[in-house]
Amino acid sequence: MAQTLLQVEDLHTQFFTSRGVVRAVDGITFHVDAGETLGVVGESGCGKTMTALSILRLVPDPGKITSGRILFRGKEVTKMTDEEIRDFRGNDVAMIFQDPMTSLNPVTKIGRQIEEAMTAHERFTETLARGRVIELLKRVRVPAAESRVKDYPHQFSGGMRQRAMIAMGLSNEPSLLIADEPTTALDVTVQAQIIQLMKQLNRELGTAMMLITHNMALVASLCQRVIVMYAGRIVEEGPVEQIFNSPQHPYTWSLLRSVPRVDEARKDRLVSIRGLPPDLSNPPPGCKFHPRCPFVIDKCRTDPEPSLSEVGVNQVARCWVLMRNVTDEGVEAAKASALSKDAAAKLKAPVLEVEGDAGR
Amino acid sequence: MQAADRKPTTAVRADPVLVRINGAVKHFPIGGFGGLAVRAVDGVDLEIRRGETLGLVGESGCGKSTLARLVTALLPVTAGSIMFDGQDITRLRGSKLRRVRRRMQIIFQDPFASLDPRMTVGDILQEPLDNFSIGTVRERRVRVQELLRLVGLNPNFTNRYPHEFSGGQRQRIGIARALAVNPSFIVCDEAVSALDVSIAAQIINLLQDLQREFNLTYLFIAHDLAVVRHLSDRIAVMYLGKVVETADRNDIYDRPQHPYTKALLSSIPVPDPAVERERAPISLKGEIPSPVNPPSGCRFHPRCPIARAPGICSDVDPPLEPHGAEDQAAACHFAGQF
Repeated sequence: MAQTLLQVEDLHTQFFTSRGVVRAVDGITFHVDAGETLGVVGESGCGKTMTALSILRLVPDPGKITSGRILFRGKEVTKMTDEEIRDFRGNDVAMIFQDPMTSLNPVTKIGRQIEEAMTAHERFTETLARGRVIELLKRVRVPAAESRVKDYPHQFSGGMRQRAMIAMGLSNEPSLLIADEPTTALDVTVQAQIIQLMKQLNRELGTAMMLITHNMALVASLCQRVIVMYAGRIVEEGPVEQIFNSPQHPYTWSLLRSVPRVDEARKDRLVSIRGLPPDLSNPPPGCKFHPRCPFVIDKCRTDPEPSLSEVGVNQVARCWVLMRNVTDEGVEAAKASALSKDAAAKLKAPVLEVEGDAGR
Repeated sequence: MQAADRKPTTAVRADPVLVRINGAVKHFPIGGFGGLAVRAVDGVDLEIRRGETLGLVGESGCGKSTLARLVTALLPVTAGSIMFDGQDITRLRGSKLRRVRRRMQIIFQDPFASLDPRMTVGDILQEPLDNFSIGTVRERRVRVQELLRLVGLNPNFTNRYPHEFSGGQRQRIGIARALAVNPSFIVCDEAVSALDVSIAAQIINLLQDLQREFNLTYLFIAHDLAVVRHLSDRIAVMYLGKVVETADRNDIYDRPQHPYTKALLSSIPVPDPAVERERAPISLKGEIPSPVNPPSGCRFHPRCPIARAPGICSDVDPPLEPHGAEDQAAACHFAGQF
């Protein structure tokens, strides 16, 4: 049984705007074990990044963590003093962002920036830090590291910049690295190299990784466990094989079928999720996914949002229906509804058969 | 034979090729001694057939977008010719060029930057109709509503401004604008790259529906090979200003003939953990060289896992020749030999 590194309990992060309160993160509970790779997926605006920023207490104004607990190795992050939180960031948890160009200082040499990340935490003296920089750049496979420490960010390519960011993130040997869309701005060949690097670092250093992405294929490639977020909530969670092979929440199911696969032989129609993600200052009643769900039943609209219930070994989902209760005809109808507006109506087959006691 | 099914039946035309690119070159001079230039497109031969979707892939900086602008006559070529329906558009000027432009439209990546924020959606969609004096004022207004309906937007939205729409809806407006003048050829330059997955799926499905309905020919440019394979009948791979391989969408994936194509395809993750455990990406050495001073011989040779350099690969630039399956061509001295 692996040791729990990070435990997030009922976390709420809200933004107080003139339009009202935006519930960016709306009561999520999850954990990260030491050395594991966790994927957090969902569309933009579902609260993935805000969850990460909350863990580091970097939520921008006018946002605030309003309630919940964040325990790192049993220590409460939300109650840390300013000094403690500075120590916590970088030393315990580091984060890398999507765009390495905007995260690096353009007028400071790469080597100097990595040094700063180390000396700021006073774990390394300046001399020691300087010596470690080259070693770190080599570790993230920057070729000719000895000469490239003196380069400025603009002299690095996109992939090299992201490597430098990862080197910086790892410089203080954190036990958790949060990567927010680390490869979205990169070319596929470079993306493959970065993902390969993250896999190797996870194996070599035992650093736990939290990969935030909208790209399901990256999650399949890198992660052991997956959290699916929708409208600030976790809607499904489980081991990667189960999530991909038997997703139970219709959102997870649709997300997987909305992306084309490069290994598909036939031009199958994509399942598109109708409509848009909800406005988080005014979310729909009941299940938040119901206005877009192809398998919606009355209960989804009228009853309070379902809780996360066990649907498999270590797999939980927040849904009244669950994909295993949807008949093949129902699935076909959902695919057909993506085909054209009236094609679904023509299918007269039963869309759903709920087993057991449906009316509680 | 999906492409054949969709060929227009009304027009009896001998030439199945709509766009024929012959030795297209585009250099951007950057000054300095010896007339240095960015050789963005450096000798491209390509055919786009009527009713098909040709996918164009490659890493950033390989010249995809420049080629798109050459094909739509938005940029003049440095050398070579581009035949559109039998006419060399690189030699057309004035009203003749305008007439051809009406038949080709382009959809851009960023739906935020490509719509004028101070124009209403109605004005945006009516502008191309005004430019080409199509129909009466009343007819144009009806056409605008019809266009909105075609792309799945509420036809009463004509008085709204672009900022009132989401990214996906804006991309629909961009598509409606491209359709306004009834083009036969549409270039989609990273048209779905900026969109969220579920929204991208909606736009991809919409593009397919519109193609079927109006017999459109697409040049679909993207760096996402999965999306390109999904939409395309044939795929062309570009590297450093040249086309290195063209083939049917399935052949290129099952039997790539060029080592770059193979490496590119192997680096794409698949949303399936079981497949991912087995997948071994071919890692390319180094990075794309500068298009100002491309390598000698085959441009891919410094990064190629099978190159013979020094040797034929560093000396002779291989031509794009038939290799592998029918309708497949690759520019490699050792095509398929890996």
